[in-house]
Amino acid sequence: MAVMSDAAVPRPRLQAWLKPHRIGLIVLALAIVLAAVFLMRWDWLPKYLPLALQGLWRTIWLLVLSVAFGLALAIPLGFAQAAGPVWLAVPARAFCTVIRGTPLLLQLWLLYYGLGSLFPQFPWIRESFLWPYLRQAWPYGLLSLTLSYAGYEGEVMRGAFAGVARGQLEAARAYGMPRFTAFRRIWLPQALHRALPTLAGETVLQLKATPLVATITMVDIYAVASRVRQDLFVTYEPLLLLALVYMIITGILIYLFRMLEARIPQRLG
Amino acid sequence: MDALLTLAASGIGDLLAFDPPGWGSRLLTGLIASVEIAVGAFGLGLLIGVGGAYGKLYGGPVARDLLEVYTTVVRAVPELVLILLLYFAGTDLVNRLLAVLGYQAVDINGLIAGIGVLGVVQGAYSTEVLRGAILAVPQGQIEAARAYGMSPGTMLRRITLPAMLPFAIPGLANLWLIATKDTALLAVVGFDELTQTTRTAAGATKAYFTFFFAAGILYLALTLASTLVLSRIERWARRGVPSLAGST
Repeated sequence: MAVMSDAAVPRPRLQAWLKPHRIGLIVLALAIVLAAVFLMRWDWLPKYLPLALQGLWRTIWLLVLSVAFGLALAIPLGFAQAAGPVWLAVPARAFCTVIRGTPLLLQLWLLYYGLGSLFPQFPWIRESFLWPYLRQAWPYGLLSLTLSYAGYEGEVMRGAFAGVARGQLEAARAYGMPRFTAFRRIWLPQALHRALPTLAGETVLQLKATPLVATITMVDIYAVASRVRQDLFVTYEPLLLLALVYMIITGILIYLFRMLEARIPQRLG
Repeated sequence: MDALLTLAASGIGDLLAFDPPGWGSRLLTGLIASVEIAVGAFGLGLLIGVGGAYGKLYGGPVARDLLEVYTTVVRAVPELVLILLLYFAGTDLVNRLLAVLGYQAVDINGLIAGIGVLGVVQGAYSTEVLRGAILAVPQGQIEAARAYGMSPGTMLRRITLPAMLPFAIPGLANLWLIATKDTALLAVVGFDELTQTTRTAAGATKAYFTFFFAAGILYLALTLASTLVLSRIERWARRGVPSLAGST
């Protein structure tokens, strides 16, 4: 973390940040890291590295796809709640409440074990072209992460849509914009802009939710660490390394979102 | 088809019945265990949060930096990893301490371990919530308390805590809901709370869908009941606070 913010801030702020007690703390932290490197067992690392990279890749695509699909679902969910007719708003609100009111682990297991045990009873599902996919774990993992993100983000987007100033929409209508154009050009971009800081936090939460898929036999980076622990009976080393990997991904995510926010021109009237 | 439906309905009734062949009472025991852990973890988190927020606002430079590291690390690392790390490290540490003091190693109670682990996680989030809430209190009130010569403890009890409550309640309500849902993660270390009990029941009867669905309804009921109570608490905490423009 410290290294990240070093790179991000210019020189004078770095000097202001680097107070004497911080130098002491950094030296202490380095000593702990060095002690961990030399006193703990890391000889398994080269052997498991290819598997770990595969797991890391799986974690990342799971995160990216579930965030992308989840956001695509969240926009209509939020819009239905903020401006839709009752018969759309009520189901959308019910969906968000259910998703936010139950643990993700339970949703994941309901989909994987529950649906997974129901599907084989229907011959037409077993004969369909989807069956080879439905027998694997990843569609269930991706689906439940997507639905979870959509549920939380639907709520965020509802607030964001409702928060766009009325005058903006009235101006769009006064220009004679068709309703969809007004949505695409005015309403949606401003709502997304409002939601962006929250989206950053929610995306970090989503990253922190991805290791749950290890419980349904998907081999992500967390599952690789578990396998190392089971194979070699080393407890702390894989977990500590895993924590470090997640912290680095979180740092990168926050940095990316900050860049994204900086790209959008801030002009409040 | 009709016969099949009635069979299925009676099957579900039997599976969720209270008496021993059914799993209803086991599920409720699991729910109670989940609520116990959530209450304990939330309480421990609040204690850590009050200390952490005070440390972050009024502590020395070293305490501030260490607390910053604590909140940053806990909020960046998945709960699942933290639970495993703290669970193994915590039990290991306690047993080594006992060995140094000359006692026998003990098996640490799952309930206490769960509360401790989730409490440390909750503590990081409530530190941030409470810090923000203290900052939202008009600072003149705190200065006035100091000018009266109140000791820090009295000031905390009489001024800071009551004054920050309306600002802290929405965030804390959110944390409580997160706490109830995070208890499910303890299923991964094999603690018998609702999700783990459900998995056991589902595995034993092969009625996966029924049991996970039933557990989902229990969690949802817990969440909805909590939301009702929390909104009443929020209204109580905000009594006498002039409603600001823009907030409801």
